[in-house]
Amino acid sequence: MKMSVESLVQGYDGNTVIEDIDFQTHTGDVMSVLGPNGSGKSTLIKTLCNLHDPMAGRVKIDGRDIKEYSRTDLSKILGYVPQYYNYAQFTTVLDTVLMGRRPYINWDYTEEDLNMAERSMSRMNVLDLASRYINEISGGQLQRVFIARTLCQNPNFYIFDEPTSSLDLRHQIQTMKIMREIVHGQDRGMIIALHDLNLALRYSDKVLMISNKKIYSYGTPEETITPDAIKDVYGVEADIIESEKGPFVLSYDSC
Amino acid sequence: MTASGEAEKTEEKDRAGLKGRGTYVKAVYDASIRKKKTFIAVMAAVLLAMVILSLSLGSVRIPAFDVLACLFNQIAPDTFALSKPYYSNIIINGREPRILLCIFTGIALGASGTVMQSLLRNPLVSPFTLGVSSAAAFGAAMAIAFGAAIFGSAYYGVLDVMGITFSAKTLITILFAFMFGTLSMALVLIISKNNIASQSVLVLSGVVVGYLFQAGVSFAKYVSDDTALREIVNWLMGGMWGATWSSVLFIVPIVMVGFFLLESRAVDMNTMSGGDDVAKSLGIEVHKIRRDLLIVCTLITSACLAFTGVIGFIGLMAPHICRILIGNDNRYLIPASALMGAIILLLSDTVARILMSPQEIPVGILLYIIGGVFFIWLVSRKNGRYLA
Repeated sequence: MKMSVESLVQGYDGNTVIEDIDFQTHTGDVMSVLGPNGSGKSTLIKTLCNLHDPMAGRVKIDGRDIKEYSRTDLSKILGYVPQYYNYAQFTTVLDTVLMGRRPYINWDYTEEDLNMAERSMSRMNVLDLASRYINEISGGQLQRVFIARTLCQNPNFYIFDEPTSSLDLRHQIQTMKIMREIVHGQDRGMIIALHDLNLALRYSDKVLMISNKKIYSYGTPEETITPDAIKDVYGVEADIIESEKGPFVLSYDSC
Repeated sequence: MTASGEAEKTEEKDRAGLKGRGTYVKAVYDASIRKKKTFIAVMAAVLLAMVILSLSLGSVRIPAFDVLACLFNQIAPDTFALSKPYYSNIIINGREPRILLCIFTGIALGASGTVMQSLLRNPLVSPFTLGVSSAAAFGAAMAIAFGAAIFGSAYYGVLDVMGITFSAKTLITILFAFMFGTLSMALVLIISKNNIASQSVLVLSGVVVGYLFQAGVSFAKYVSDDTALREIVNWLMGGMWGATWSSVLFIVPIVMVGFFLLESRAVDMNTMSGGDDVAKSLGIEVHKIRRDLLIVCTLITSACLAFTGVIGFIGLMAPHICRILIGNDNRYLIPASALMGAIILLLSDTVARILMSPQEIPVGILLYIIGGVFFIWLVSRKNGRYLA
């Protein structure tokens, strides 16, 4: 499956936040979206999920504009985890994960739905929390529960807005590893907004860097995450250090 | 629990061969559903017992056997002989419509309160806070204060509806209350039309519309003479005096259809608790569902309030009480709150009838006391866990 974005412009109240966004990605790839605060990563992510109509341009899946899909059909193709969460009191972790089955059910869950929930939760290591209320668990656990909900939704593209922001080091790495397994093993696609350049460098196949509303560069991590790009986009001096376990970004104080 | 501890526990489960087969989740899920179903069944049984009790209590006490015999006779006529023949008239024409009005008003308010709280993700929302009650009160107060001036002598006439004679005055009051109750939501939706994405704007519009109508009620009170003023005050306190079979026949189908419409969208409401964006990404037309279901809530509550006057408290409290007890799954929370609403209202009304018998106390007064005490007991029992 292929997602193509064509001359996309998006913004609010007549002001553009992102302009001239053109790229293609397909299932089998993890694509990271990088850029400083306020560069429009979340806006791009939301537009890709059809949460807001674009000001101009279009997002297509397999050549068809996402606006032409019904919401239910689209929800079987695109799964979304937002940066900030809403949740209701007295909702259990299991009920939250089962929400992911909404596109497939009418009123009741089948054994297959419960089975999916179990696999998703055990994959995200939140199975033991199943009957806890979501207002009683930690921020990192919550983030893993919401990712489990998307796994349960079983879409073709996972679209995540900073899914690792509240996770500890171990869970960051574990989560990224799981993401990559899903994408590479099951022919899924992933678009993920990230702040951590090292995670992007290590786990993505493609990197889209946004700066000043536009695409700064799009390519493999090695092509895009360079000392020059980091200086241009983030205004920070950095070196890419080659180590036995692969390259990593070392940023330092230049002010 | 530490992260590694969790991991070990999950691995342990895996060794037990549960992981990925749905066995563990199925057990957790089945247990939670069983609990919810049991709760609803117990509530239904309590309601049934309350109905029998309420039929037998009153200024004339009717033995439980005669109550049951009379109910049975309604299905299969003349099976049992009652110990006093006039019991049958008291039960069928006096108490049954009143009890049914209580039950269906309780159902409408309990279910609407739950749905409104879910749709707007706000625990303070109810038909009362969104202005529906104030608007209905405004309609009724207008009819009582100015009806004679507007409709002239027709206001004092009588009308035949479905074989039962109404005074035109009562009918006009009911109609006005219903119309304005419904109108309130139309106003709220129009005001917040450009900001439909923001639930806060919707809630605030509801509160403001409520105040506007309250100003109207105050005005009607201020200009009314003593008789009209007393009628308005009575209406504002709410009561089941208006119960007749024709009112029951009007309300029951509306509430039943409304209830099933709400219940059929329970999963969508569950999903909306995750936020509008998440709900949209899960295939829900958020704005359309929110608008449509708010209209359904308003219609069923306005229909009931038109007959009962302002009954405010249940729509707010019943959902919270049930949420504490069975959690937030709307599929079970809506029927549970509906039953809870019916039980609280029927209990309050029965106490209102018998406490100072043959005099009655307005049901609203007892409702606040019974519902309030019950809620305070529940919240303090689970101290610190609710709305944390």
